Amino acid sequence: MSSYPFKRTCKEVSALLVAREDRELPLVERVALRVHLAMCEACPRFERQLLTMRNAMKQWRAYANDARDGE
Amino acid sequence: MPPFDQQVASHRDYLLRFARLQLRNEAWAEDAVSETLLAALSKPQSFGSRSQLKTWLVGILKHKVIDALRLHGREVCVGGDSDDEQADPLEFMAFQADGHFGESPAEWGNPEQDLSSRQFMAILEACASKLPASQGRLFLMREWLELSSEDICKELGLTSTNLYVQLHRARLRLRECLELNWFATPRAV
Repeated sequence: MSSYPFKRTCKEVSALLVAREDRELPLVERVALRVHLAMCEACPRFERQLLTMRNAMKQWRAYANDARDGE
Repeated sequence: MPPFDQQVASHRDYLLRFARLQLRNEAWAEDAVSETLLAALSKPQSFGSRSQLKTWLVGILKHKVIDALRLHGREVCVGGDSDDEQADPLEFMAFQADGHFGESPAEWGNPEQDLSSRQFMAILEACASKLPASQGRLFLMREWLELSSEDICKELGLTSTNLYVQLHRARLRLRECLELNWFATPRAV
């Protein structure tokens, strides 16, 4: 199974999840990511952390740009 | 209501906070904010009353900050990070030799209200300001200025490989900082 083309380790998947925040991943990596996330318990947690960060940055932008809750 | 110029000037500290976070250089930040205030004072007529004054000023500041980043080009993405050249923060996460997680990442939850709280914003900004200077600048260019990776490379004459390495490190460091200082910290509700 080691020649399985979409096989990725958790470490590789973590790097892809981080990279996804800043660039579009090639199709083969997107598939590999999906395959791995469907089978793994730990990586979806890491993915949720990154999504939480994405959400946090969005909230921060709204706070900084719209100067809501202003001083 | 105080005169327009006083109202504008009263936002100086607020603007400086973001200029510092983005530029990570006191002189550049001071200049960008001064230019913002001057621009605002010289064209009060372009301030539409439909937006908040602060919002309008932040919009001007962003342009001035981009000018500064462009002006300082190479300096923006090098320097100050020498101790960080070798280290991929992924190496410090709990991975086993075979690439599996040694310890599963924590469940952070996604509490909307917590994340919009003022305490969280303070932690987030503190974590961002603790990033090595060039990583911090590039990260803020993505997250505050909302520039695409392509535009950042173009503005700074940076290769995409270099940019992605820096952003990768910045995001992982920020993740760790937030985990230590927020998500893993018990708080009074």
